[in-house]
Amino acid sequence: MTITRRRFLRTLGGTLASAALAVTIPLQVFAKRSDEAFLSGSLEEAINAKYGSLPIEDSGQIQIKAPQIAENGAFVPVTISTDIPGATSISIFAEANFSPLVASFDVLPRMHPDVSLRIRMAKTSDITVLVRAGDKLYRATREVKVTIGGCGG
Amino acid sequence: MKVKAVAKGDAVSVKMLIKHPMEMGRRKDAEGNLIPAHYITEVTVKYNGEIVFHSELGPGVSMDPYLAFTFDGAKAGESISLSWMDNKGQSERVDAIIGGT
Amino acid sequence: MKKISQSRMFLLLLPITMLWSCQTKDYSALVNKDIEEFRAYFTERFPEVELDDFADGVYAIDDNAREQWLAMEDFPPYSIAVEEGQALFENSFSNGKTYTDCFPEGGAVRHNYPYFDEQRNMVVTLEMAINECRSANGEPPLEYKKGDIAKISSYMAYISRGKPVEVKVSSQGAYEAYLKGKEFFYAKRGQLNMSCAGCHMRYSGRRLRSEVISPALGHPVHFPVFRLKWGEIGTLQRRYAGCNRNIGAKPLAIQGEEYRNLEFFQTVMSNGMHFNGPASRK
Repeated sequence: MTITRRRFLRTLGGTLASAALAVTIPLQVFAKRSDEAFLSGSLEEAINAKYGSLPIEDSGQIQIKAPQIAENGAFVPVTISTDIPGATSISIFAEANFSPLVASFDVLPRMHPDVSLRIRMAKTSDITVLVRAGDKLYRATREVKVTIGGCGG
Repeated sequence: MKVKAVAKGDAVSVKMLIKHPMEMGRRKDAEGNLIPAHYITEVTVKYNGEIVFHSELGPGVSMDPYLAFTFDGAKAGESISLSWMDNKGQSERVDAIIGGT
Repeated sequence: MKKISQSRMFLLLLPITMLWSCQTKDYSALVNKDIEEFRAYFTERFPEVELDDFADGVYAIDDNAREQWLAMEDFPPYSIAVEEGQALFENSFSNGKTYTDCFPEGGAVRHNYPYFDEQRNMVVTLEMAINECRSANGEPPLEYKKGDIAKISSYMAYISRGKPVEVKVSSQGAYEAYLKGKEFFYAKRGQLNMSCAGCHMRYSGRRLRSEVISPALGHPVHFPVFRLKWGEIGTLQRRYAGCNRNIGAKPLAIQGEEYRNLEFFQTVMSNGMHFNGPASRK
């Protein structure tokens, strides 16, 4: 199934303008899906495929809520929030996964810059969150331990 | 696709639980054949024709994906439209009424 | 022969019946004593936990696990199974009847199981009753560990939430089944020579590798369970089989006599608590 995609133009015009745009543009209006990024096998490659070579700086304004020791690596509950002004995108990576890029979210005008989801983690590693604001990437990491318990079955 | 949308003051909290295997495409079945990748690639939520949530997912998201977010400006009684699409071209769309006060 | 009047018969038989009833035991009292001891073991071991909170298992005693469970409860993974279970429950059999013809209160009767069937001299569980309803209506039985039976059971558990655990042991037959279940619980088995009690009483709250072992008090009341490890909903006896396999013991027949008696014993030990299934567990 082929889907036409057009670059979605971000304006500062506010909701009225974006509402008008949304009415005339079909559902899949965002930048070409980051297929390459989702298929990349390393954290660096995935970041590059998703955001190009934008400069990255560590930030204390990104909050990652995740367990210290995951009960089960197939269902790790994570909540991400940020108060970085002008955030337009939030992406989450699990470094040790076969494909590190787990999910990415566009921060749209009405949306609060926080999301919750459940992710898979192959083994103990860092969760890396990147927030794009303008042409800069802000980063925070948090380690989640994934272990094999004693009571399989 | 199950949805819980609740208005709290000016904000609407939206939670979704989508039945989907999110097959990574790296596992093998009992006969040793690779089980093909089958996972949701995109989730979108619209309010009044405006996209209020858009995300891209990969196989690193847990099966039966759970997603939660909050957006401003809608009220209880109004409706939102949620849809997803997967890598096999399958999709689903549901409309949900916002609850709460 | 002169016909003896009914009242005379009664007067003649009265002393015999009185003599006989002195021989029967107060099984309830015996069982209640066991319940008190069992419960006290855990309330002393975990003094901060309220009785009903034991139904949350590990999540009542371990903060790291509890936080993750609360995050899952935001939109529990078993919600889908409950919805599917409702659809299955409301769907008619080929003969036009439905499960409501077997189960009153729209199916909110999880708390009536397990019970000891005096006529058949055996413990009947909810899953067994579901399949008996099916065969009474010409439908093939469902597999007992997972799938549709677990979904129906989880729907019935969900709409029965909050109902009290009040399993009756008031006959010799019931008491014998109870004792067999009790013996199973305390007996060591398998290559690892472990018992249910060894882990879930003596080792409860402690770690087995990175796992915190759950207390046995309240074990059955939150089933069926969406076990993250299974990635799906499954029944209590599926867990029994898995646990037995883990300790190198032969998993016994699901819904066979041993596991039904064990479920009976375990649920009796939870008398006084309230059902809160289905639940999400690791």
